[in-house]
Amino acid sequence: MAVGKEIRTQIKSIKNTQKITSAMEMVAASKMKKAQDRMQASRPYAEKILNVIGHLTHANSEFKHPYMTASEENKRVGVIVISSDRGLCGGLNTNLFRSLLKDIAAWQSDKVDVELCTIGKKSTSFFKNTGLTINSVLTDLGDTPHFDDLLGAIKVMLDRYDSGEIDQIMIAYNRFENTMTQVPTVKQIVPMEITDEESMDHHWDYIYEPDAETALSALLVRYIEALVYQGIVENIACEQSSRMVAMHSATENAGDMIDELELIYNKARQAAITQEISEIVAGAAAV
Amino acid sequence: MSVIHVDVVSATEEIYSGEAKCVFAPASMGEIGIYPKHVALISTLKPGEVRVETENGMESIFVSGGIIEVQPDTVTIFSDTAIRANDLDESKALEAKQRAEEAMSNAQGAQDVSSTQAALAESLVQLQMISKMRGKKR
Repeated sequence: MAVGKEIRTQIKSIKNTQKITSAMEMVAASKMKKAQDRMQASRPYAEKILNVIGHLTHANSEFKHPYMTASEENKRVGVIVISSDRGLCGGLNTNLFRSLLKDIAAWQSDKVDVELCTIGKKSTSFFKNTGLTINSVLTDLGDTPHFDDLLGAIKVMLDRYDSGEIDQIMIAYNRFENTMTQVPTVKQIVPMEITDEESMDHHWDYIYEPDAETALSALLVRYIEALVYQGIVENIACEQSSRMVAMHSATENAGDMIDELELIYNKARQAAITQEISEIVAGAAAV
Repeated sequence: MSVIHVDVVSATEEIYSGEAKCVFAPASMGEIGIYPKHVALISTLKPGEVRVETENGMESIFVSGGIIEVQPDTVTIFSDTAIRANDLDESKALEAKQRAEEAMSNAQGAQDVSSTQAALAESLVQLQMISKMRGKKR
């Protein structure tokens, strides 16, 4: 029947879209599980290092590392922004960028310069249009980021901190709360914010090999890298769960649209049949 | 018999966790053996074998470097997952910078450009590396 051909093609194309979105939902769900496992697996490392750093602050060290002491004035902040490489994951990246832009505006009004290290294509393409300085870029990490891939980007930041060009390093990423909630988080990683717990009575110190500076910087650099790695892994878990939720609602919306269109189509068909019958009846009556 | 708690972790996973009689680790100044009640120590590690002696025998773990922290009753070994060399880190840092410059110079481009851009930056860097290597050989 010729009735509602446009509507039928429309329904067909929406059905195709629905197939894609539901497939993406399922893929995201399975990837999310793996990403969450990776997130759990990387936790002990950062936690254990934090423990050691806690011991270090208690230990009566004669050597203070620059990563542990804040510089007197804060003139320039480096921010490591972690985003996804791909889109179609709801408002995940946008929410993070918005909350970061608010912080950046606050810094700029305090006459603090900002420079960025962008991880992920989305943050790279977003922040290059904002006129902020980007000092390093890292993209195409994939679903299973390798630790060695991110060393370069972090080194750029740390080198600039070492040479005194930036006074503070922040990290911006999405914290994984649960499948439904991801919290955009901006937190400071260098200099380390050390919570001063009650000092121990007896003073003691580590034996450092080969010397305090080498051992400490090796430890602190690893801690920072572990934090960034953790941020990336967590952001991937966020990306997948956010995509899963977004695709789920897209699939539902497509279903609603199909229902509506089918109703319109049926009405049109019914109207055509009714019209045809009344025409036949009217024709028969006229004879 | 006193025991010491040993944790071996890397950034991607927890490799070993348990009680041990003693631990041997390839510290940067030479191999060290740690028994319970060892004095507190932090040292960097060379690539090598960490041996953990437990009740049920020896446990052997390869580390490609890292850090060891010793407390009287615990030992924590942070194993590196990445192979580190200063020049390798340096080249990676350069690559990251390069990509940033690339992104900045095309600031007014559309959003979709980013992927082509990344690819371009990557191949540029590769070219650079190749020419550098050739330069060295000559």
